[in-house]
Amino acid sequence: MAKEVKLLGFWASAYVVRVQIALNFKGIEYEYVEEDLKKKSELLLQSNPVYRQVPVLVHGGKPIPESMVILEYIEEAWPEKPLLPQDPYQRAMAPTFKNKIYRSRSSPFQCLPSGVKYFTTKGEDQLKAKEELVENLRILEGALQGNKFFAGETAGMVDIVAGWLPFWIRRMEGLFGDKVVEEDNLPHLNAWFQDYLSLPFVREKLPPPDKVCAHLRGLLASLEPN
Amino acid sequence: MAGSEVVLLDFWASPFGMRARIALAEKGVEYEYREENLADKTEFLLRMNPVHKKIPVLVHKGRPVCESLIIVEYVDEAWKKPPLLPADPYDRATARFWANFVDAKVYDCGSRLWKLKGEALEATKKEFIDILKLLEGALGDKHFFGGDHFGFVDVSFIPFASWFLVYESHGNFKVEEVCPKLGAWVKRCRERESVSKSLPDPHKVLEFVNVVLKKKYGIE
Repeated sequence: MAKEVKLLGFWASAYVVRVQIALNFKGIEYEYVEEDLKKKSELLLQSNPVYRQVPVLVHGGKPIPESMVILEYIEEAWPEKPLLPQDPYQRAMAPTFKNKIYRSRSSPFQCLPSGVKYFTTKGEDQLKAKEELVENLRILEGALQGNKFFAGETAGMVDIVAGWLPFWIRRMEGLFGDKVVEEDNLPHLNAWFQDYLSLPFVREKLPPPDKVCAHLRGLLASLEPN
Repeated sequence: MAGSEVVLLDFWASPFGMRARIALAEKGVEYEYREENLADKTEFLLRMNPVHKKIPVLVHKGRPVCESLIIVEYVDEAWKKPPLLPADPYDRATARFWANFVDAKVYDCGSRLWKLKGEALEATKKEFIDILKLLEGALGDKHFFGGDHFGFVDVSFIPFASWFLVYESHGNFKVEEVCPKLGAWVKRCRERESVSKSLPDPHKVLEFVNVVLKKKYGIE
C-alpha cells in the first residue's frame, strides 16, 4: 500500500501552492492540513524544528521541509511524469533559473524582494520599485527564449517554481489598478503568465483570487503607520 | 589540445569555490583551475556568468554551470563514482536541506563576526554558535554528515573550516571547544586528499580578511 502523504500549509503561501501544484501534476493523493501560523501545531514544530515554517511534506511519517527541497523530493520519489530533464547539464540549468527567480542572497536579480518592495511602497518609491521589478523580469523574458514554457513545449519544474510570479503579480496589478507585465513591455512573459495560469493542474490549486485580494488588502492595512 | 574539457573559474579563498574543487577531486576529474581577480574579472567569467558575475563557474565542454551547490550536484551526476548524494530520495532531501542550511546561514553570519564589534559582535557570536550546534546535531555520532561516506553535506560545509580561524579569532571562541563533534569531523575530513588539497591555509585566509577584505569594507 502506498505510504500516506500529508502537506502542512497555509492557504496564501506561494511556497505551499507550488508544492500543491507539483503534487497535482504527478497525480499524488495527499491530505492537506491548514496551519494557523499564529498558533503552529505540534506536528509542524516537530517536523520542521529548524525553521518552523510551512510547507512541510510528510511522507510515510517522515517530514521534508523547505519548498525547493520538497519539489526535488517529489520529483525523485515519484519519477513517473518527470518535471526535470534527464540530461545532467539540462538539469543543472533548471535550478539556475530557480536561483534567478527567488534566491535573494546578494543577487542583483531579485524578483521576490523587488516584488515585495512594489507591494509595500507608495508614490515615487513604488514607481522605482516597479521599474526594478520589470528589469528583473526582463531577464526571465530572455530565459524563455521564445518557448511557451521555461521547460520547453510543456511545463516543468522551473515553471512551477516561477509560478508564483504570474499569480501574485496579477493580484497586485488588480489591487493597485496597475500593469506590470503586459504585451507591450514583456510579450513572452505576458504570454507565459496566461499559459501557465490556465494549465488545469495549476488552476485547480490556485487560491481564490478574491480571497487573495482581501488578504493582500489586509496586509497593506496592517503596514499602515498608526 | 586547444582547451581543457573541464575548467573551473575560482578564487582561492572562496568556500564556494572550494566545494567545486573538492567535488571534482573526489571524482578524480582532471580540470584546469583558473584564478580570477575579483577586482578585475575576466571577459570569460563575465560571459560564462552574465547574471551574477560570480565564481565559482564550472565550464564543461564549453558550457557553464554556476552556483556552487548546483555545480556539486552536476559533478555528482556527470561523473557517477563515488556518489556524493545518497540513493534514497528521503536521504537526498535531508542532505539538500542541510546543504541549503549551510548556504543560508554560515557565510553571512560568519562574515558579520569580522565586520561587527561590541554588543553586536556578541549577539552574532551567539547566533553563529547556535548555527554550529544545529549542524553538530545533524552530524550526531556519524563519521560524516553522509554517514559512513563523505558526501554532499560534508562537501558543502567543510570549506568553511578554512575560515574557522577568522571566525574564532574575531569571536573569541574555539569551534572544537563549543562543538567537539564538529571539531573531530573537521580533522577526519582534512585527512582526505580532496579536502587537504582544496582548502587554503587558514592563516592565509585570516591575513586576507585582515589586510584585504576589511579595507574593502572600510573596517578597522
